[in-house]
Amino acid sequence: MLHRFLHHKTAMATVGLVLIVALLGIFAPFVAPNDPYTTDILHKFQPFSAQFPLGTDNLGRCILSRMLYGIRPTLGLAVLTMIGTIGLGALMGLLAGYFRGAVEEIIMRVVDVMLSFPSQIMVFAVVALLGINVQNVILANVFIKWAWYARMIRTGVMQYRDRNFVQFSRCIGTSERFILLRHLVPSIAADLAVLASLDVGWAIINISTLSFLGLGVQAPTPEWGAMLNEAKNVLTSNPTQMIVPGIAIVVLVSAFNLMGDALRDVLDPKEVER
Amino acid sequence: MLDIKDICVSFRSEKQEKIFGTTKKQILFDVSLKVPKGTCLGILGESGSGKSTLGRVMCGLLKPEKGKVFVDGISVYDSKAGKKSLQNKLSIVFQDYTTSANPRFRVKDIIAEGLSAQERKIGKKIDKQQECYRLLNLVGLKEELIQRFPHELSGGQLQRVCIARAVACMPEIILFDEAISSLDAHTQVQIMDLLKQLKEKLHLTYVFITHDLTSVTYLCDDVMFLYKGKVTEHIPVFQIAQTKDEYAQKLLHSIIEF
Repeated sequence: MLHRFLHHKTAMATVGLVLIVALLGIFAPFVAPNDPYTTDILHKFQPFSAQFPLGTDNLGRCILSRMLYGIRPTLGLAVLTMIGTIGLGALMGLLAGYFRGAVEEIIMRVVDVMLSFPSQIMVFAVVALLGINVQNVILANVFIKWAWYARMIRTGVMQYRDRNFVQFSRCIGTSERFILLRHLVPSIAADLAVLASLDVGWAIINISTLSFLGLGVQAPTPEWGAMLNEAKNVLTSNPTQMIVPGIAIVVLVSAFNLMGDALRDVLDPKEVER
Repeated sequence: MLDIKDICVSFRSEKQEKIFGTTKKQILFDVSLKVPKGTCLGILGESGSGKSTLGRVMCGLLKPEKGKVFVDGISVYDSKAGKKSLQNKLSIVFQDYTTSANPRFRVKDIIAEGLSAQERKIGKKIDKQQECYRLLNLVGLKEELIQRFPHELSGGQLQRVCIARAVACMPEIILFDEAISSLDAHTQVQIMDLLKQLKEKLHLTYVFITHDLTSVTYLCDDVMFLYKGKVTEHIPVFQIAQTKDEYAQKLLHSIIEF
């Protein structure tokens, strides 16, 4: 698997990019040239310079530093959302798909109800109900997305639970834990990895959208969506301020989307090696 | 050893007269059979005769609506203990070798799963690596195959691995669900010879589900004909030519002589 991974160009490139971005975010205090919070009205809308590599925004803050610090909430929250969603969705999907019967009925009916709400409106509703807060945004995202995962994973599990190797395991009395963790989870892991990495992109966009609308990460904290919100007022006079976080979002989301595809190839042992 | 009494199985049919209709289609009608220790029973039948369903009932995966399955006198579907005793004693080899091994497992992992069943049974740890090599030798495979994935093996090799896995659980009965039907004629003979050897060596009891009469006469002691869910004939193989049953006769005559 590692061998295949190391020889897959797209996988290496995208995972490398994401890792670099993550490291930049983690070590932002050491990498960033300026303090992202220091306002300096006299130096607002500065062009590119040695002191401000990507110029300054409408309050004279260094855009590059803000972008680097912005990785933390953007990527961190997106990953956290995905872990929560997949954790809950996978558990529910596995239980429903493997045990069938009453368990499946209950879980799937709840899923049906969850899926019948428009997702974006549900996020707004949850945030409005619980208050504008980062935790609530994550909670809302997990809350609307898990059902979708549960359904996908259930389908995957059902596809494999009647395969002969699972039948054999059940026949000789292998523990359910072994069947679930060693047979079923790895079998659906490839699909799960694709979905998950595609959806990290979705989560980034979603969190940025909420921040852009002022429902997510709050004002002084640098976050890409919030940065876009601040930039929209000076769209024509200082376009750099908008382009930087905009491109950052596009690049990171595309990286995750490409990674999803590449991971599928890597995780499938039958994929022909080229 | 294995004793089956008046098994009836039916499934809810696809086509229902009413929306919430419960029309059922009966698959097996009062099937009874006995497999004494150390013998080999062949179950013959065409597609849709219910022989695979019977196999599922035998290996504890499908609870029959009526009737009982006994293993060494213990009823299988009545208690947890009954099921446990069946799981300890029975192992299975499937027809479709492409799905009978997890494509993500290497040969050693495939066999190790059977070995952990054996560990559970005898209650002590065994040296899996060593045991894997022994089992591979037993089924006539080279030791270097141990690191391969299922898709890197040929059909015959993979079926041998599946047999090794089945034997690894130290079963007393092995159920073969069309285990050799998907192989070519030459490989079939090799596998059947292997099965004969294993039977002698390990004192196994076989139940052989197939649609191929030739392989039954080659391997089995008794033969049972299943037609549309009913047992039409159950006789020793050497008397097969004297069968009175119409369906059995038809099958016998349909073999193309070379």
